[in-house]
Amino acid sequence: MCVVSLRPFVLGAVAYDPKVVTIWEGFKQWFADQGFAFDFVLYSGYEAQAEAHLAGHVDVTWDSPLCWVRTRRLAEAAGTRAHAIVMRDSDQDLTSLVLVRADSNLTEVSQLRGRTVAVGAVDSPQATLLPLAHLAGLGLEPGSDFTVRRFDVMVNKHGDHVGGERDAVKALVAGEVDAACVIDGNHLVFAKEGTIAAGAVRVLTRTAPFDHCTMTVLNGVDTATTDRFAKLLLSMSYDDPAVRPLLRLEGLKEWRVGRTTGYAPLEAAVDRLGFYGADGSILNDDYRRILAS
Amino acid sequence: MNLPIVDLGALGLDGGAHVLVRLALDDCRPGEEIGVRGSHPDLVADLVTWCRTQGHQCVPRGDGGADAVVRRGSASWAAWVGAERSGHPDPHTDSAIAAHPPAAWGLAARGSAVEPGGPEPVFRLDVRDEIWTDRAGSLYAQAVAGQWNPASAIDWLDPIVHGREIERAVVQVMTFLVENEEAALVVPARFLGQVHPHFREIQQMLAVTIADEARHIEVFTRRATLTGSELALSTVGGRASLQSLLEEPDFAIASFLLSVMGEGTFVSLLGFLERHAPDPVTRRIARLTRQDEARHVAFSLAHLERHVQHEPGLRARLASAVERRHRALQGTAGLNDDVFDALVLLSGGAVSPDAVALGWQRVQQLQREMAEHRQARLGRLGFSSGEAETLSSLHTRNFM
Repeated sequence: MCVVSLRPFVLGAVAYDPKVVTIWEGFKQWFADQGFAFDFVLYSGYEAQAEAHLAGHVDVTWDSPLCWVRTRRLAEAAGTRAHAIVMRDSDQDLTSLVLVRADSNLTEVSQLRGRTVAVGAVDSPQATLLPLAHLAGLGLEPGSDFTVRRFDVMVNKHGDHVGGERDAVKALVAGEVDAACVIDGNHLVFAKEGTIAAGAVRVLTRTAPFDHCTMTVLNGVDTATTDRFAKLLLSMSYDDPAVRPLLRLEGLKEWRVGRTTGYAPLEAAVDRLGFYGADGSILNDDYRRILAS
Repeated sequence: MNLPIVDLGALGLDGGAHVLVRLALDDCRPGEEIGVRGSHPDLVADLVTWCRTQGHQCVPRGDGGADAVVRRGSASWAAWVGAERSGHPDPHTDSAIAAHPPAAWGLAARGSAVEPGGPEPVFRLDVRDEIWTDRAGSLYAQAVAGQWNPASAIDWLDPIVHGREIERAVVQVMTFLVENEEAALVVPARFLGQVHPHFREIQQMLAVTIADEARHIEVFTRRATLTGSELALSTVGGRASLQSLLEEPDFAIASFLLSVMGEGTFVSLLGFLERHAPDPVTRRIARLTRQDEARHVAFSLAHLERHVQHEPGLRARLASAVERRHRALQGTAGLNDDVFDALVLLSGGAVSPDAVALGWQRVQQLQREMAEHRQARLGRLGFSSGEAETLSSLHTRNFM
């Protein structure tokens, strides 16, 4: 007797915004139209998503870069491997900026010594971990050489919510802090929406390029199904009016084959700042406290 | 070939520089390049960021004096792929007005290129032959040109010298007019939101009609209270007659009952007041409102004349609607006696046997005129004189 599995290919994603439901419901319908059984599970935070992934509750996860780092570490500690299969064009080669007010006398990074630097949420790779590690690499240890003022908006969402970065920039504009860390794209967003007046801030320093989100699978998931999922994503065309609204919501023009080279800066930052252990354990005390509260 | 160069000067991407870059890219095909130069310290890095969000490629290099080269991606064309031109803004152009505009055109300006996909709002009135008239645009233009300001178009300080009984008659008629104009406001308002925006001139005509009625309600109310009187009685019969208009779900039938039959009859009534009202304020109000009402009637006649041509069976539906309404209202009192008597009194102009006799004759003449004009309008919709006479006789005695 032939048994046909009715189980769809299940994706895990984090509900950092109500639009996430719109996006994945739309994708689900689109996949169904292509004859591919797909469903999704939403998690309220990335840490639970990573752990559920390792537990086999889902087949693929839509991971923040930090979630990729933890999933990779958890996987290797468990004797398996994680694979970054597909990412957005807008996930590749991003940078984060340390902004200062244009009229500030800060012209060198070393002048941040003794000053206050605003960052995003404790678990924001782009607005906290990467820029703080960048400054550390330039000889300024966060917390000892300068004060870190954190804006913890929606912790456990890994900075997907723009609120922490916006609050950091507002504090900079208001003169409450000396510098603020944001990702390059949000710098332009904040300028466009008027949070930053034209010419009001300037870039003190910029991180090396890094990559952002990825679709992650672990060893053991059916390869043929995973390949079909990836190929379908890569076949999505921005010219197609059926998927264009979803791609707009998800912030991409095209999907690209995944790569892991762009995660090296974040892996290093996580180690340098003691955020996760090599086995994927959560080391940062503040983060652990918030997650437990 | 030299690369076209966009010089941004000191303008940064944090100050709107992308607008100039985008303008230059608009002249390029996907894959073609432009050079960008400028003196903003973050120009190249910010340009890379902006290009990533737009699907363009940016390469920092110094070709021909440029600080960076931008290669246009295909994404910024994507919304135009399959975009459909939604008719033409000028309704007199060939194919300007679609017979059945797609729901997906939604709120798009008629004549715009509509990106495929998106919401499909339900506009129930979306068939050209059921609502359209080529006269809508010119009638709307007339309406806009004819808008009058109640504060300045009427000299509210003109003296009222007639006696208390005559004034009471004026107040009664004004009270009656207000509730009728409420119906004339609510009925088109209910349909306005159901008209597919592709039929812009129909929307505009309904909208200005509603604005007219709002103004009419204002001036009738102001006249009623001009001498300090309280408003008069609103009867069950009057409101029942109007309620039957509010309940009509069919646009053609509602337009027919409200405008061709009702407002058309009101044009006669307002003409009567313009000629016979006892004071200059009331006569002026009647003149101004009559002009508006005549336009409302012309609009409804125009779209119904066209509709009947495309759907000859519509005439039978209109006729049965009149009969149905007549039967529904048989149990009501018809025109409020107080209104009828008020018309006699105010048109007679005094409280005396001779004046009442004169007023009586004038009201009799008014009713004949109302019937004749109704029949003439029914004739324009293709009803025979016999049918028109019968249907006219079945029209509500409440006038509207």
